[in-house]
Amino acid sequence: MSAPGTPAAGGYRRERQAYLRGFVLAALLTAVPFIMEGTGGSSRTTLLWVIGGFGITQILVHVRYFLHVDLSPERREELALLVFSAALLALMIAGMLWILYNMYVRMM
Amino acid sequence: MNAPAPALGLTMSVEPQHAHEARSASALSGFWLFMMSDLILFGLVFATYVTMLMPASFALGPGPKAIFELPGAALETAVLLTSTFTFAMASLAIKYERGRREVVAWLLVTLALGLTFLSLEVSEFARMLAAGDRPQRSGFLSAFFGLVPLHGLHVFAGSVWLVLMLIEIARSGLSDSVRSRLARLALFWHFLDLIWVGIFSVVYLGGRA
Amino acid sequence: MSPSHPSVLLGRLDLRSLDFLRVFLHPSVNEAILSGAAWAVIVAAAATVAILSRYRLWGPLWRNWLRSVDHKKIGVMYVVLALIMLVRGALEGVLMRLQQADGLGGGFLSANHFAQLFSTHGTIMIFFMAMPFLTGLMNIVVPLQIGARDVSFPMLNSLSLGLTVSGAMLVMISLVIGSFSTGGWSAYPPYTEMAFQPGPGPDYWIWAVTLAGLGSTLTGINFVVTILKERAPGMTLMRLPMFTWNALCTALLLVFAMPPLTVAALMLAADRYLGFHFFTNDLGGNMMNFANLFWLFGHPEVYILILPAFGVYSEVISTFSGKRLYGYTTLVIATMSIAFLSFGVWLHHFFTMGQDANVNAAFGIATMVIGIPTGVKIYDWMATMFRGRIRFSVPMVYALAFMVLFVLGGLTGIILANPSIDFQVHNSLFLVAHFHNMLIPGLLFGMLAGYTYWFPKVFGFRLNERWGYLAAACWIVGFILAFMPLYVVGLMGMPRRSVAYSNPAFQPWLIVAGVGAAFVVLALVSMGMQLYVSIRERERTRDLDGDPWDGRTLEWATPSPVRAYNFPVIPHIDARDAFAVAKAAGHRYVRPSAYGDIHLPGDTLIGVIAAVCGTTLGFGLVWYLWWLAALSLAVLLVALIGRALRGDRHPVTVPGAAVRRDYEGWLQTVAPPPPLERPLPPAIAATSSGAAP
Repeated sequence: MSAPGTPAAGGYRRERQAYLRGFVLAALLTAVPFIMEGTGGSSRTTLLWVIGGFGITQILVHVRYFLHVDLSPERREELALLVFSAALLALMIAGMLWILYNMYVRMM
Repeated sequence: MNAPAPALGLTMSVEPQHAHEARSASALSGFWLFMMSDLILFGLVFATYVTMLMPASFALGPGPKAIFELPGAALETAVLLTSTFTFAMASLAIKYERGRREVVAWLLVTLALGLTFLSLEVSEFARMLAAGDRPQRSGFLSAFFGLVPLHGLHVFAGSVWLVLMLIEIARSGLSDSVRSRLARLALFWHFLDLIWVGIFSVVYLGGRA
Repeated sequence: MSPSHPSVLLGRLDLRSLDFLRVFLHPSVNEAILSGAAWAVIVAAAATVAILSRYRLWGPLWRNWLRSVDHKKIGVMYVVLALIMLVRGALEGVLMRLQQADGLGGGFLSANHFAQLFSTHGTIMIFFMAMPFLTGLMNIVVPLQIGARDVSFPMLNSLSLGLTVSGAMLVMISLVIGSFSTGGWSAYPPYTEMAFQPGPGPDYWIWAVTLAGLGSTLTGINFVVTILKERAPGMTLMRLPMFTWNALCTALLLVFAMPPLTVAALMLAADRYLGFHFFTNDLGGNMMNFANLFWLFGHPEVYILILPAFGVYSEVISTFSGKRLYGYTTLVIATMSIAFLSFGVWLHHFFTMGQDANVNAAFGIATMVIGIPTGVKIYDWMATMFRGRIRFSVPMVYALAFMVLFVLGGLTGIILANPSIDFQVHNSLFLVAHFHNMLIPGLLFGMLAGYTYWFPKVFGFRLNERWGYLAAACWIVGFILAFMPLYVVGLMGMPRRSVAYSNPAFQPWLIVAGVGAAFVVLALVSMGMQLYVSIRERERTRDLDGDPWDGRTLEWATPSPVRAYNFPVIPHIDARDAFAVAKAAGHRYVRPSAYGDIHLPGDTLIGVIAAVCGTTLGFGLVWYLWWLAALSLAVLLVALIGRALRGDRHPVTVPGAAVRRDYEGWLQTVAPPPPLERPLPPAIAATSSGAAP
């Protein structure tokens, strides 16, 4: 094995706790919008904000807890790549939605 | 011959060895880039779906409220999210040398969850097709059947890859190559759930809001 | 004209699909040309097989080239593909010019044939000439410039080549069996949907472009990782040669800009094959989304095409001015800005599609902004030349022509960036003149300059200069004559892609353009002659010491032809333009202190398998031969999985002693150590025992 040495067992428990935390957080962030929508009673706007906000938050939870990309210097490369890709995607999608919605309104 | 005087510009001295860690790190970097291109691909299919949430794209056919059911989406979400957790456990088992058996066990559970997710999806599609909600019916349905099965195809590919990894582990144990590849598969598998967050938010929850 | 009930075995193939029979069924000039093209492909293929057999070249081809993972060989194969496709693409352009010169009276081509011509011309020139050419140059040069032995993923490199070749094969096959799309290289629906083109044409386009696009995406990944991870020790990012900086930005663009094309093409395929409604006219399709997705790819694509050319110009201008590049940092920032901004302007390709003035204005402003970093580069190159010792080599001639002509074309781009003006000239020949003005003096001259510049490094001898100057002159004159009149005629109102016209005022200009096309043919002939003469006279232009141009970057520090392992020992770098610095310090030939064994990756069959299976997969999909498509995909997947499970089974080790022998032998021929003058000290000389102190 090329591993320099097995990391300490205390580290295993710590990392497992971190994964559990991420899992529970993600589950909660999923459950709330589902339940809100399932039970009805909230306005459409509220619902959309909750879905959007919780969705983005959950994506960040995934990135932090499962992909291990945080603000530490070891993770700088992956963080830069993710931020760059997200920015590019936002530009593409925002532009696309603006353009096509604009055309739609003018056609209908 | 004397050793060359220290040169400005370039010198040729001891050959630096390309350690296995460096090669594995390169492979992981390359795979990150591949995931980013895949992310762009999904993002544009998502955006296409959103542009087809207009009544004109329903072509007098069903919209999201009519065809999506929350319980099924909730179950699929729970299954996939759990599979991401179980894969993480497999990664931990490798990192902390907890033995081949534990690694394989977590990977098998992940595979089972992945296949469960796929069968839930397939039955949902079968239900929709039987009811006549086919992609050939409207632009909106085309966009749905473009986006969600695309994700399903990725889950299928990940499951096939998982099976190949189990084969490789059976043949050569937890070798360096296996570890390096499982790191890439882990990245892929976590991304599958990440994209699913987008799908259940935009397609299922957003559609019925 | 395909059968309505395809058979399982033959799909929708039938006798009418065979183009070489057309002229016998319906004799006419138009059909003769179509059949003639089919026969030309068949004869050329047969001749190739015959020549390879006659000179017993199959063995060397198989052993040394097709299975190679050496980035230089892969690069050469890319360039060979590009040059072959350049001939076909250029001849198609010439045919169109001739048709239009004759077009007042209707001309000699049918509308359908003309439409196929402009579709294949664009598709070939972009995907199978320009992309392979720049990928080939990047492949050959980048690992050498960064002091590496190969790219990060050599097997993936071979796979990329195979996929690109399979796309090219599909386009070539479309000349013999069936016809290509008539929807242009941009393949807009609904015209490319089943309702209007049910035949194989758009399907050929879809699969050729998708296969090649996948290869390009993988190339992008390969080169980003290579440039970031495989650099020699001491080569920081700000010490990278400018060609490599441009290659890095190009590779990033490839990773992020190819996916929109894949999305657009596969959605179109879903419409055509599965009856989906992404872009159809009916049932809720949104055909404008195709233009949106296609140009999300298409605009960064043109920067993918131009950035490597800019890289070549940076190298050529600094080398042949005998000066280091002026404004290195500004050039880096400009290149990165161009790469990022290229994702924000795509709407300028469809200003007229129906969105309102605010949207148009936003993208128009962005389009003008992106001209600024390019302007910075032009000024940097001019400042590099200023007070330099300029040598008018063939690459420098191309660079100078580029600087003048490309700037003119860029100005027309700024004109087009204004939506109000664009509404007048959109889809006219003014637009056609503009983008050819960018692509020919920009991309093509850059590629030809790079081809000439790096040829001796790969093959060990220089290309013949006289024929090189002639080719350059023909290209320059040909381009000017063929395309400047198109600006005029476009402003006069002539639409693009027009097989014929009725306004006699157009014709004189189109005749001049036809003369320009003749010069392009002369340029191609000159290039062919150049190659023939160069090979025949290669002993006279042998590159003996590896640095024929007095270059500044690392690739010139190696013997020519450069060895498989690139460097005998990986160099340590401590300056920008390290080789130039070393030469200035009197250290032209660096002798390593020690040699080690060199480990190289082994050959692979993956590239060949991808080329064959990609072609049969595409062909099967186009002609509804589902069994062939499934089989091809299965074979390809099995090969890839098998390779993944078994790994590299035949890695190569070059023993240090062999490396030392080769390198020291070369050093002996180029820089033999001077004979030692060692007068003996008087005391010893007197005793004449000769013992050294």
